[in-house]
Amino acid sequence: MPAITTSGLARTFRTKRGPVEAVRGIDLTVEAGEILGFLGPNGAGKTTTLRMLTTLLPPSGGTATVAGHDLAADPAGVRRRIGYVAQSGGVDPTVSVREELVTQGRLYRLGRDEAVARADELAHDLDLTDLLDRPCGALSGGQRRRLDIALGLVHRPGILFLDEPTTGLDPGGRADLWDLIRRLRAEHAMTVFLTTHYLDEADALADRLVIVDQGRVAAEGTAERLKTEYGGSPDATLQDTFIALTGRRTAPRDSAPLAV
Amino acid sequence: MPHVISDTALIFRRHLRQTLRSKPALVFGLVQPLLFLVLFGPLLTGIPLGGEGDSWQTIVPGILIQLGIFSASFAGIGIIFEKRTGVIERMRVTPVSRLALLMGRVLKDIVQLLLQSVVVVLVAVAMGLRAPVPGILIGFAFVAALTVSLASLSYALAMRVESPQGFAPVINSVTMPAMLLSGILLPMSLGPRWLDIASHFVPFRYLVDGVRAAFAGDYGDGKVGLACLVATGLAVVAVTLGARIFRQAGA
Repeated sequence: MPAITTSGLARTFRTKRGPVEAVRGIDLTVEAGEILGFLGPNGAGKTTTLRMLTTLLPPSGGTATVAGHDLAADPAGVRRRIGYVAQSGGVDPTVSVREELVTQGRLYRLGRDEAVARADELAHDLDLTDLLDRPCGALSGGQRRRLDIALGLVHRPGILFLDEPTTGLDPGGRADLWDLIRRLRAEHAMTVFLTTHYLDEADALADRLVIVDQGRVAAEGTAERLKTEYGGSPDATLQDTFIALTGRRTAPRDSAPLAV
Repeated sequence: MPHVISDTALIFRRHLRQTLRSKPALVFGLVQPLLFLVLFGPLLTGIPLGGEGDSWQTIVPGILIQLGIFSASFAGIGIIFEKRTGVIERMRVTPVSRLALLMGRVLKDIVQLLLQSVVVVLVAVAMGLRAPVPGILIGFAFVAALTVSLASLSYALAMRVESPQGFAPVINSVTMPAMLLSGILLPMSLGPRWLDIASHFVPFRYLVDGVRAAFAGDYGDGKVGLACLVATGLAVVAVTLGARIFRQAGA
């Protein structure tokens, strides 16, 4: 069974200047154990789609099934099975790393002892053991990211949503994070849904890419196929492919998506 | 159902730890009421104020309600910061009950306000307040009920607002006139009839009257009962509204 399926997922915001259609109908499928890269220019609707799939925002239209639960009918069920790491992860700077991890475990309804044990386990897996008693505000950028990811993994979710996970990290930090993501998939069969602006990251990590533009799916497929079809050859850079896909229209879009 | 309770306890403990870690904030909230108590209260001891109690029994209830109104209506500021750091969003992705996210915080505010109220009453006793203990406890109960209402509304507003700058002016523009019209410093009956009538539209006025009656040992004359009604009604409306906004918050 696919980990995620959506059909016509849409979201319109009512603003002072009238309705804004941020997402206009997204159909996608993510297979279990897949790493899916979700790309698009700024304003394409990536973050809005991500927030809908993680139950933070109710869709205005369409349906979605995440981790076997219907998004609209059973958001609580979805929440139990997914992890979400936001772009700027949320921790209280005055609280210790251990306390944040344990509280997160309790929020996911782990028992007290289980939450404490899980905090130690995660700290070990993510190389945070020396930092457990430091306040979260004292962590460096890379350490913070690892903590954010640890918080998303506390309950061993089947699906992990990552919003621009390596933004702001140095090259070493990025490489470590890529390895971590690959390990999660290899060792835990975790499905990973990640948005990113880094095309090298999408190329290196993702099994498959979905490119959105102006609230709709513009193209999807493996990096090779997209490069061949839109970039001209399998050796085209992803950047050229991306620009070819999303940059070539100068007139306002009509409704038909570019590809299936 | 049981999840709401354990979730509320979890959120409550987290915020209580945060509050206790920041002692200056606890003390700061007490400065204004204590100043009124110590520097303004003695001015009234010789003046006939109407009503049944002596001057301390008239002014201390007002100061307690004032403390409740101020502290509770600004409670939402904490959430604005937590929205900024992303903590709220992280918690909303977990299965934690939405009602617990609100009530855990409100419970913490009640504890904080009760602690501060005890300090105010102790200082007032040192200044000359004499009131029956049941009356004082009733006063605390009303402060707690007021906190539930105003803190819930404050959190609800804070979830919809983007910045602290947008928040404080709204709160101030509502609480200042409300406080002045509830007879906090001096009983409204001292003023002209139109002012007294206007103040009947402000729910806090009934709470102040109720606590004043309790402090004078007068539990049965209807003022305490009326205050109970108003406090409960306010709390029910405020918590329902607050919980709904917490559930829907998705900007």
